[in-house]
Amino acid sequence: MANLASNFIGIKSPNPFWLASAPPTDKKVNVERAYEAGWGGVVWKTLGSEGPPVVNVNGPRYGAIWGADRRLLGLNNIELITDRPLEVNLQEIKEVKRKWRDRALIISLMVPCDEESWKDILKRIEDTEADGVELNFGCPHGMAERGMGSAVGQVPEYIEMVTRWVKQYSRMPCIVKLTPNITDIRKPAEAAKRGGADAVSLINTINSITSVDLDDFAPEPTIDGKGTHGGYCGPAVKPIALNMVAEIARSRETAGIPISGIGGVTTWRDAAEFMALGAGNVQVCTAAMTYGFKVVQEMISGLSDYMDRKGFTDTTELVGRAVPNVTDWQFLNLNYVTKAHISQDDCIKCGRCYIACEDTSHQAIEMGADRTFTVKDEECVACNLCVNVCPVENCITMVQLPKGQVDPRTGATVGDYANWTQHPNNPSVRAAE
Amino acid sequence: MSNSQLTPGIVPARLPAASYEANFADHTPPLDRHEAQVAADRCYFCHDAPCMTACPTSIDIPLFIRQIATGTPDAAAKTILSQNIMGGMCARVCPTETLCEEVCVREVAEGKPVEIGRLQRFATDTLMARGVHPFTRAAATGKRVAVVGAGPAGLACAHRLAMKGHEVTVLERRPKAGGLNEYGIATYKSTHDFAAREVDWLLKIGGITLKTGVTLGKDIALADLLADYDAVFLGIGLAGVNALRAAGEDLPGVENAVDFIAGLRQAADRSGVAVGRDVVVIGGGMTAVDAAVQSKLLGAENVTIVYRRGKEKMSASGYEQEHATQTGVRIIYGAAPVKVTGGARAEAVEFAYTQDSPEGLKLLGEGFTLKADQVFKAIGQTLAGVPEGLTVAAGKLPKRAGDKLWCGGDCALGGEDLTVTAVAEGRDAAEEIHAALTGAAG
Repeated sequence: MANLASNFIGIKSPNPFWLASAPPTDKKVNVERAYEAGWGGVVWKTLGSEGPPVVNVNGPRYGAIWGADRRLLGLNNIELITDRPLEVNLQEIKEVKRKWRDRALIISLMVPCDEESWKDILKRIEDTEADGVELNFGCPHGMAERGMGSAVGQVPEYIEMVTRWVKQYSRMPCIVKLTPNITDIRKPAEAAKRGGADAVSLINTINSITSVDLDDFAPEPTIDGKGTHGGYCGPAVKPIALNMVAEIARSRETAGIPISGIGGVTTWRDAAEFMALGAGNVQVCTAAMTYGFKVVQEMISGLSDYMDRKGFTDTTELVGRAVPNVTDWQFLNLNYVTKAHISQDDCIKCGRCYIACEDTSHQAIEMGADRTFTVKDEECVACNLCVNVCPVENCITMVQLPKGQVDPRTGATVGDYANWTQHPNNPSVRAAE
Repeated sequence: MSNSQLTPGIVPARLPAASYEANFADHTPPLDRHEAQVAADRCYFCHDAPCMTACPTSIDIPLFIRQIATGTPDAAAKTILSQNIMGGMCARVCPTETLCEEVCVREVAEGKPVEIGRLQRFATDTLMARGVHPFTRAAATGKRVAVVGAGPAGLACAHRLAMKGHEVTVLERRPKAGGLNEYGIATYKSTHDFAAREVDWLLKIGGITLKTGVTLGKDIALADLLADYDAVFLGIGLAGVNALRAAGEDLPGVENAVDFIAGLRQAADRSGVAVGRDVVVIGGGMTAVDAAVQSKLLGAENVTIVYRRGKEKMSASGYEQEHATQTGVRIIYGAAPVKVTGGARAEAVEFAYTQDSPEGLKLLGEGFTLKADQVFKAIGQTLAGVPEGLTVAAGKLPKRAGDKLWCGGDCALGGEDLTVTAVAEGRDAAEEIHAALTGAAG
């Protein structure tokens, strides 16, 4: 069994699965249950400044979208940071860390955007013996209206400034948690790096309205007839998160900064994908909120089995392995030609590939009298839509045309690697001549 | 009364009173809303869907299932009912395992089809529970049509004609409308008086006058109908029953399975329906299965279906056969009755084994005898009560029997003798009649 032990910016944990700062990590009782279940680390639910704690709504805090059998696909929340007194949290953090030395315990922080506030909170958490801090520049609801959370995360200059304060007033490792509610995720990551952050974590939740009550004409979740945008998370956001992680991992300015991957991690496979795209570890919330803490056991066994199959003995061998293969569109090989192929043995004759191609793509599938579906190579542009809509796994595959073969669609012979920067139709290529 | 399963003869109340309700409860209970949505999610929304082609009424199955999946069962019901006004009954009695569900791509792929029948029932039950009739009549045409027979074919025809604006009179020889839906369907397939409720609901379209207890050829002549109405539709079903052609057939205790099924359906108290201790059902169709299963459910000790050919030739589907055996019915294939024996009453049936050969079915020398105090004949129904002057070919009436005369359902040529086929034929005849009466194309 592969060793899953993780060392993320000097913070050690028995596995790379941390619980993200969120409702599941608000109290000692939850955190201890998580550790008992096997979680490698926990980012404690965000602490605010000393003083009267924030208050939460007393109506629904969550909204959701579901698959047909009520499988939860996406979750939205409007819960604020911890609404428990700061002293209670600090005391519990201290107790938990003393009891669970081998587990990571990070404190998430969110205080007003001024030096004194940050200096103060950092001093207050100093003797908890926590392993590090995570700066919550991500929460998109509620606190953002008060100039915190994503309101900071959307202004790179603020990120840099606050990160500097944190590094100045604390010896703890510092993770900056980024909001995805921004046009270019690289900018806040660069700012964090300039400010001296040890790592970034992403993504925080995405601004969202999960649904609208069509009788009351109110967004969900609805509180007394009104709703507000909340933070979206869960399996549905994973593709967005993967891209943002990859952008930071492959950007020249931010390459190499440790990343804690967050966003819809539900299974070992999700975690492995984040790690392959450059995340040193992952943080999980919605999967635990949906199924309970036990899900980590599948993540541990799954990742371990995968690493064994691949011959990896340490998670660092996986981390970033897919990053070199993330590139810009312009560098994709235009001479890589494939054609869809339908396995007649596997085909169940539903006709979805046919109608998708016929109605919405390239009219490249023929339907025979006996519902036999075949690809017309002379029309197929290899878009992959048929593969995506086919209900049978591996029934339709994309088959590569070997070099030297003529593509019946274009009449061109398949040649060596060539991309858009070299293509005669590219005006920039002509301009350079 | 202290009868039991072991009481000899044909007697009622073989079971404790409480057993009857459980035994005759809904065979396939309805899906609730969530179950329906989960079941609907399994539909792939196939292009040119095989299920739709397999449906005799060509219901747009992928569309209605998607309408269920999106939380609009009323719209789903309308999709169903616009093609098949008896979609509620068909959802209960269609042999879906040999129609839509047999060709469902998920049956082909996984041996587990989308539950089309149960989903159809969910949609139609939801709409009917609200007492809504989703169709309205077109402007009155002033044309009058007589429909003979208030079974699935006649009612489907009447409804479509009424919808098109014609005035329809339906004549039915029995005391209640519904035909085989009311008298011929196994009790556990159509519970809580569904057939009658469906007729009431169907008639809400308006413009249909129903007259029961009127027999063609006795109370009214076809010639008079043709003279009085602009068109006539005959949906008279198959009122006759084939004979066994075995000695002893006339002994008391030998009965028509259809009469037994009808009697049970009409019984206010099922414990009052008499059934034998040893029941033998002769035949291989749904009627045989329905009679045998219900005999068992009434408390018969031994129930045996004997079919003269092999399992694969049996017209009751594999699913129906399995249902019968699970209920405790024994099925013997490849044997034909030679003689019903007994003194004053049937006591046993002698069978000969058969051999199916290209020259036909041959009786072999060997055979066996089954104890039987009750014998049900279920070897098919025949056309009876055909008005004089009509041509009968292959035991059936033509679909067009005269300038003003159409026929459909079990009495007419074409299609299988199924409720759903009868509905399709009634509906299509109505469209033809409408075209003929109004000069409208198609």
